[in-house]
Amino acid sequence: MPKDTGIGASTKRREDIRFLTGKGVYTDDLSLFGQAHAVMVRSTVAHGRIVSIDTSEAAGMPGVLAVFTGEDFKEVGGNPAGWFIKSRNGEPMREPKRPVLAHGKVRHVGDAYACVVAETYAQAKDAAQVLADAAVIEELPAIIDMKAAAADASNRVHDEIPDNICFDWGWIEDNRAAVDAAMKAAPHVVTLELTNNRLVPNAMEPRASIGEYFPGTGDYKLTTTSQNPHLTRLLICAFVMGIPENKLQVVAPDVGGGFGSKIYHYGEEAVVLAAARKLGRPVRWTAERTESFLSDAHGRDHVTKIELGCTKEGDILAIRTETLANVGAYLSNFSTATPTFLHGTLMAGPYKVPHVYVNVKTIFTNTAPVDAYRGAGRPEATYSIERVIDKMCRELNLDPFEVRRRNLLTPDQFPYTTPVGLVYDTGNYQATLDKAIELGDVAGFEARRAESAKRGKLRGMGLSTWIEACGIAPSHLVGVLGSRVGLYDAATVRVNATGTISVMTGAHSHGQGHETVFPQIVAEKLGIPESSVEIVHGDTAKIPFGMGSYGSRSLAVAGSAMDRAIDKIIAKGKKIAAHMLEAAEGDITFADGKFSVAGTDKAKSFGEIAFSAYVPHNYPLETLEPGLEETAFYDPGNFTYPAGAYICEVEVDPDTGKVDVVSFTAADDFGNVMNPMIVEGQVHGGVGQGIGQALCENTSYDENGQLLTGSFMDYAMPRADDVPFYTVDHSCATPCTHNPLGVKGCGEAGAIGSPPAVVNAVIDALHRGGITHVTHIDMPVSPNRVWQAING
Amino acid sequence: MTKVTMTVNGTPVSAEAEGRTLLVNFLREGLGLTGTHVGCDTSQCGACVVHVDGKAVKSCTVFAMDVAGSDVRTIEGMANADGSLGVVQQAFQDHHGLQCGFCTPGMVMSSAALLAENPRPTESEIRHYLEGNICRCTGYHNIVKAVLAASGQDAGAMAAE
Amino acid sequence: MHNFEFVKPSTIADAIKALSAEGAQPLSGGQTLLPTMKQRLAAPDVLVSLTGISEMQGVCMGDGGLHIGAATPHAVVARDAARHYPALAALAGGIGDPAVRNRGTIGGSIANNDPAACYPSAVLASGATVVTSQRRIAADDYFQGMFTTALEEGEFVTEVVFPIPERAAYVKFNQPASRFALTGVFVAKFADGVRVAVTGASNNGVFRWTEAEDALSADFSAGAIAGLTVAADDMISDLHGSAAYRANLVKVLTGRAVTAAR
Ligand SMILES: Cc1cc2nc3c(=O)[nH]c(=O)nc-3n(C[C@H](O)[C@H](O)[C@H](O)COP(=O)(O)OP(=O)(O)OC[C@H]3O[C@@H](n4cnc5c(N)ncnc54)[C@H](O)[C@@H]3O)c2cc1C
Ligand code: FES
Ligand code: FES
Repeated sequence: MPKDTGIGASTKRREDIRFLTGKGVYTDDLSLFGQAHAVMVRSTVAHGRIVSIDTSEAAGMPGVLAVFTGEDFKEVGGNPAGWFIKSRNGEPMREPKRPVLAHGKVRHVGDAYACVVAETYAQAKDAAQVLADAAVIEELPAIIDMKAAAADASNRVHDEIPDNICFDWGWIEDNRAAVDAAMKAAPHVVTLELTNNRLVPNAMEPRASIGEYFPGTGDYKLTTTSQNPHLTRLLICAFVMGIPENKLQVVAPDVGGGFGSKIYHYGEEAVVLAAARKLGRPVRWTAERTESFLSDAHGRDHVTKIELGCTKEGDILAIRTETLANVGAYLSNFSTATPTFLHGTLMAGPYKVPHVYVNVKTIFTNTAPVDAYRGAGRPEATYSIERVIDKMCRELNLDPFEVRRRNLLTPDQFPYTTPVGLVYDTGNYQATLDKAIELGDVAGFEARRAESAKRGKLRGMGLSTWIEACGIAPSHLVGVLGSRVGLYDAATVRVNATGTISVMTGAHSHGQGHETVFPQIVAEKLGIPESSVEIVHGDTAKIPFGMGSYGSRSLAVAGSAMDRAIDKIIAKGKKIAAHMLEAAEGDITFADGKFSVAGTDKAKSFGEIAFSAYVPHNYPLETLEPGLEETAFYDPGNFTYPAGAYICEVEVDPDTGKVDVVSFTAADDFGNVMNPMIVEGQVHGGVGQGIGQALCENTSYDENGQLLTGSFMDYAMPRADDVPFYTVDHSCATPCTHNPLGVKGCGEAGAIGSPPAVVNAVIDALHRGGITHVTHIDMPVSPNRVWQAING
Repeated sequence: MTKVTMTVNGTPVSAEAEGRTLLVNFLREGLGLTGTHVGCDTSQCGACVVHVDGKAVKSCTVFAMDVAGSDVRTIEGMANADGSLGVVQQAFQDHHGLQCGFCTPGMVMSSAALLAENPRPTESEIRHYLEGNICRCTGYHNIVKAVLAASGQDAGAMAAE
Repeated sequence: MHNFEFVKPSTIADAIKALSAEGAQPLSGGQTLLPTMKQRLAAPDVLVSLTGISEMQGVCMGDGGLHIGAATPHAVVARDAARHYPALAALAGGIGDPAVRNRGTIGGSIANNDPAACYPSAVLASGATVVTSQRRIAADDYFQGMFTTALEEGEFVTEVVFPIPERAAYVKFNQPASRFALTGVFVAKFADGVRVAVTGASNNGVFRWTEAEDALSADFSAGAIAGLTVAADDMISDLHGSAAYRANLVKVLTGRAVTAAR
């Protein structure tokens, strides 16, 4: 019997009620008295020197209240990179300043260099056009192609960085010689060059920010589309504007999806705050989708050469990769972590590979900044590994299922130290593989293939067995790896006098369902109804601290903090109970929502304890404090390591090259599952995005740096009729060994494991259809590319 | 500015509008009905879908003045009279057909329009009908299930969990 | 978006008058014009909505075939033309998505003549007549290259009259992002011959593939075009499809349309 409440129940989401009735409150839904409207003026050239910006005409237009340019922010700090990376020659990474508004130079199409604030949006928009027409920007040659950028020292995105290289990183440099030797000695070496296509995250809610300033107190308030309001506050206060943290409240209300793009602090947030202060009025800005395409941080964009050394039987001996990673024009907050520690450290996959070496050169180009997008670095690693293994199977005529089985780590090997610096705590990769084979009905494939063939379609099956490191992140580890922040989280559990509970969590829910799931855990632990618990998130004024939601960290880190705080509540409750029941604290037990004296029938309900905590008429105040509220900070001991096996089946139309995903099976190990319905939904969403990356999504700049895929007219988002029903399973669970909930995280899994499964299936379909000259097609595997490959 | 009058969710309303005022702005800014969302500027995403005289329409791609006098229904008008969730809304909650909720108003309005035209759609008909509604969160699985369920079909049997 | 004066006449005569004003432009379903105005690529001073003109609405059989009012939304054509001209109805039912079909109209579509639009192929392959506020124009004379038509300043489409073929089909291959036609082929078999019109593929907009017409007029089967090749020279080449790819699609889709024709 599935549970109907508490941990493990598929409790329906309470937040749905407001979203389904139109009562959600997203940033752009707020309307404030006296608000003014900001419109950004963005560069239409990829690279240019700002000669002059004559703001006078725009400033004099009807309704215009203020005009800002880069000059206005020259004195304030820049938006920093959150991770410090050292090149393999020991040099520090090159870290150009990222100004609030561009000044001196514009560095990508969409780079904002001015802002107009007016009474109405239309007036601001009109004046922004006039300002753009009056600005003189001398166009410079655009630096778009990564290889060319690194080769040409004369043309520079940042004048002070001669070769456009941010860093040249080796992981692990000390192992390089051994890896080279192992590769040399390997009986067979498979080589594959591949592109991990650049993606636009495209959360459906465009970014928006509202700045407010309260002259009476000197307080600021920023309402913004953020996955992590505390981090945004930290960046604005400590680095960009120098506002004391206790003078800035950052609120992220309902947020319409993030997928990474709303982790980062963006210049618009600083501009609306500065404008609000100058005007003494609320100033709002909402991106048009076109602006989102141009100015949100993009994802992926790696070009990788991977080599795999193996035996003729398919035992993997060594993996070596060389990657060029595009960071775009500026370093977005986590852009240096994504291609390095979220990518290189995963390059052993779930396999027992003795030797692994990863080299990543990160390149500046005149394109939008690139940063973490769902999965961040781990999809790139997984794609490289799973594609090269697939190629190995074809070259050596081996069965991809058997090859995976040969190489997967076995349950007795945990904890397992990889050659790329991680310690996998637990897992059972064979179990998820078997589960996927069963649920994907691999046995019945041949019959399905024959049926497809009758309809003129080529059917293929692709496999990927993947692992990731998430639950981001243990501060002690990331500190060693270069992180400039800690990645713990915090929670306050406040038991109110009448026994209801408010949990202030540092995680931020923008689709993940925290408002429902976190109460399930509280309810289970305290033996009270879920409906008595309310989650408070997304407001720096209400929450102790927190690092937000990304990297599949909410439950594993913030949930663990909450769990710890609940333990403290129980401990305090025992103290109160001991006093009320006139027993020794050590004799009090807590179960089923009751504090009891062991071995007696004397007990107090949780509600009675709560009430007493706030009505402490006869408390021994020297030893017992009134109140029942506890805060805990939790810093994980290790990453968590979800893993799984994905099987995709496709049909290829050989005449048009069109690929249809006809079935998709995901068998995952997420450790303990708090709410199966929500976990499955996360996997569906991730797989949908992964299919999108594999088949249709691509971000394309022309040689002048104009974004060719700047709207949904040209950037192909997966639609309902592009995907099938997915079969998902999470029954092969090995609970995480080091967090109190035993959870591993499920938010990114689908996007990590699915792209190689899809591409492997396409190649398989072609091979089974006799088209054996095609060994690889870069993503997105679009109809045109498939047709080209078939006919090439 | 001209006063534009229409019926919204059964109530006659009027608000000031310019020629260029889009229906979505009329609803959001003029009437404070912020349930209808804007997710794009090229008429592709469907976050803004409302019903005009019973038909699904992208409210970002129609001028308020052009539909003056019409009967408009928005997400705010989809609940039952007693305030409980309507059939489509309830199915979305039951089947976890939403995550961040941003595409949801458009999805619900499109789904309701589909069911009005075709009370027992197949999986494939649902997927095609929702072609103009982009969701980034759900991978569509549970949305399609929800619509099947709202039409009284056994969604669980048709979609593997 | 620039502001404008909005007028909504209820007769063709009033619309003619309204459209004679300086800077006036017709607005039909707005599914193309509104996004264009948002991008500030169009900035009319006066917008004349044609959606309130009942003479320009609806589908009915009459002289010369099926008459479709220019302001008839795609969804209405999809429903009401199904009995008379199923291939045309199916084409209308495959344009964009339901919400687009509830607003977008045939008049707006053929006035705009987007090289990737669906309707132009049906109008051309059917040998339809475009009726305007001033005259009647044969389809072969009406389409004059991408986004270009025979319409004069102030002239607007009021109706399109489709002769009904014995058999016909439209096969569309979606551009993956916009879902307009990356290439679409409309094949119509009349008693006196076959017409094949191709949209989405050519730099010159919708065109007739005359070699295929000849071959299919002799033998209306997919095999009849097997030996033909489509030159890639004039084909559109973009992110979503090379010229060679589109040329391939022209042939593949024509064959499929012939097979599907009924
Ligand atoms: C998301 C989306 C998907 C789409 N997919 C497709 C598709 O797959 N296939 C396809 O063919 N189309 C597609 N379209 C376009 C759609 O069919 C439009 O409706 C059509 O192109 C224009 O018709 P309209 O009535 O909306 O014209 P409007 O937008 O009102 O007008 C378009 C232009 O024509 C002029 N005009 C309008 N009516 C007349 C008239 N009677 N006489 C003279 N000039 C006139 C206007 O001044 C304007 O310049 C899509 C549109 C969208 C938004
Ligand atoms: S807002 Fe995207 S279609 Fe209307
Ligand atoms: S629920 Fe987030 S976009 Fe659909």
